[in-house]
Amino acid sequence: MTLLDVKGVSLSFAGSKVLQNVDFAVPAGAIVSLIGPNGAGKTSLFNSITGFYKPQQGSIKVGGVETMRMKPHQVTRLGIARTFQNVRLFREMSVLENVMSGMHCRTSAGVVDAVLRLPGQRREEAAIHAFSAECLRFVGIEDGWHRDAGTLAYGWQRRVEIARALATQPRLLLLDEPAAGLTAGEKQELIGLIGRIRDERGISVLLIEHDTGLVMRISERISVLDHGVMIAEGTVREIQTNPRVIEAYLGVEEGEAELAG
Amino acid sequence: MAALPQGANVWGGLAVLFDTPAKRVAAIAVVLAAMIVAPLLLGPYATVILTNALLYVVLALGLNIVVGYAGLLDLGFAAFFAVGAYTVGITTLHFGLNFWLALPLAIVFAIIAGVVIGTPTLRLRSDYLAIVTLGFGEIVRLSARNLRETGGASGLTGIDSPWLFGWHIETPLDFYYVFCGLAIIGVVASARLANSRLGRAWLYVRHDEDAAEAMGIDRVRVKLAAYIVGAIYGAVGGAFFAANLGAISPESFSFQQSVLILMAVILGGMGKIPGVVLGAFIVILAPELLRDVGDLRLLIFAVGLLLVMLFRPSGIWPTGGRK
Repeated sequence: MTLLDVKGVSLSFAGSKVLQNVDFAVPAGAIVSLIGPNGAGKTSLFNSITGFYKPQQGSIKVGGVETMRMKPHQVTRLGIARTFQNVRLFREMSVLENVMSGMHCRTSAGVVDAVLRLPGQRREEAAIHAFSAECLRFVGIEDGWHRDAGTLAYGWQRRVEIARALATQPRLLLLDEPAAGLTAGEKQELIGLIGRIRDERGISVLLIEHDTGLVMRISERISVLDHGVMIAEGTVREIQTNPRVIEAYLGVEEGEAELAG
Repeated sequence: MAALPQGANVWGGLAVLFDTPAKRVAAIAVVLAAMIVAPLLLGPYATVILTNALLYVVLALGLNIVVGYAGLLDLGFAAFFAVGAYTVGITTLHFGLNFWLALPLAIVFAIIAGVVIGTPTLRLRSDYLAIVTLGFGEIVRLSARNLRETGGASGLTGIDSPWLFGWHIETPLDFYYVFCGLAIIGVVASARLANSRLGRAWLYVRHDEDAAEAMGIDRVRVKLAAYIVGAIYGAVGGAFFAANLGAISPESFSFQQSVLILMAVILGGMGKIPGVVLGAFIVILAPELLRDVGDLRLLIFAVGLLLVMLFRPSGIWPTGGRK
């Protein structure tokens, strides 16, 4: 079953074509990577899927529901969560509060509930707290929940961002360069975490990543974007041996070495 | 179950004063005792001034939700104050409504005004809101000045003072206690809101709109909620203001009024409840305390404000560390 189905999407800014007639799909339960040289349009495709950009043409469906005209918060509610290339935590708020933000779209208490502290609101607050705590433990953060998120080491900020995305209870998690800036050990842990997100929580994962070694180890399918055009899609082996990919990626010989990971 | 997170740091470090039930009871008892005794010790003139300060506490707490929590610059907050006051004035005088029926009506009108002004402008970046609210404030004041129903430039007089379960609220001391009650409700509601799903959402949106949207938060809706809650505070303040004075005129709701309320919020410390309360007391009490220096008092007050902004740009109240 296809969870995310992108068809014929074209996006341009002031005449420059960022995405051209892109077809792309993520099957339910899969770990899929989107790779391509810098400026290929990967993050633009992410932003189109999550509702931040409005492509001029095409269709984007999540579980059969058209999302092209939706606002980002509506897309999130539908089950797509994301992280950002340059970590965007609420820096002056605590780690726990950051993760609690993900639960906003799964809860409903309003002004009256908050002012009167109705029993339903108290239960909901407890549930928000409990689920956020569970997400934090899941990504391996056991303490320091009341520290300001901005004071954490970079690798930990990345984890908080993933926990925050998990708290929205998504069906599909979009990770924008999750390994950028991580140490070798942290990358190893990230690979384990992404696997567990899919295996234990049943969430499909789509990642943009420049570390091809990591991509080749973790992905079930890979799509390659170059200059806004989707030039290849297939399994790891198919992509590694695809001459068009090798050429587009880095030039012939180097590309081969790079993709061999 | 671990303790719930303290949420927004609205108490500005004061939370240590009531972090256990015993301390909490003691703190509440001290505040209540001070509130009850103050007018008896200070005399009738001070009671009127304190009542006015408490009115500004309510108004500043309301504006603090808009400016301090949600980070929206509102330059026309006096408009909601006017909506509350005029609703009570018009409905009690022209339609013979009881004050306690006029009060919810005032809230309803403030909500309607908030939705009408907020819905189109809150989609835009916050700078636009400042301009639109500035205009809205003037529209309300000029309408009040020129309409027959609002009594024109001379305003409305003879607004009845309300009864509450057989208690005729009419003397300055009665109104002082009523405003004490309003201020307490205002503080409790503000604190509870800050520590709620919505209160956190205001902070998320203020810190990073895009990240908040990506987390499934409808930023327009959340901002509108802040704007409307602020409007309700303003309208309630206005309703009791009208009942207290018995007379209202358009000049009570000028741009200067909006600025004064905004000053209370910024001076004390945006987003921090004790700071906002302090700010409200300063903007009302400082000119009174400086009365002896005659003509110089506004100058001294202005210089004081400038010094605060220069040396404590985040407000007089200390920031207070997080655990």
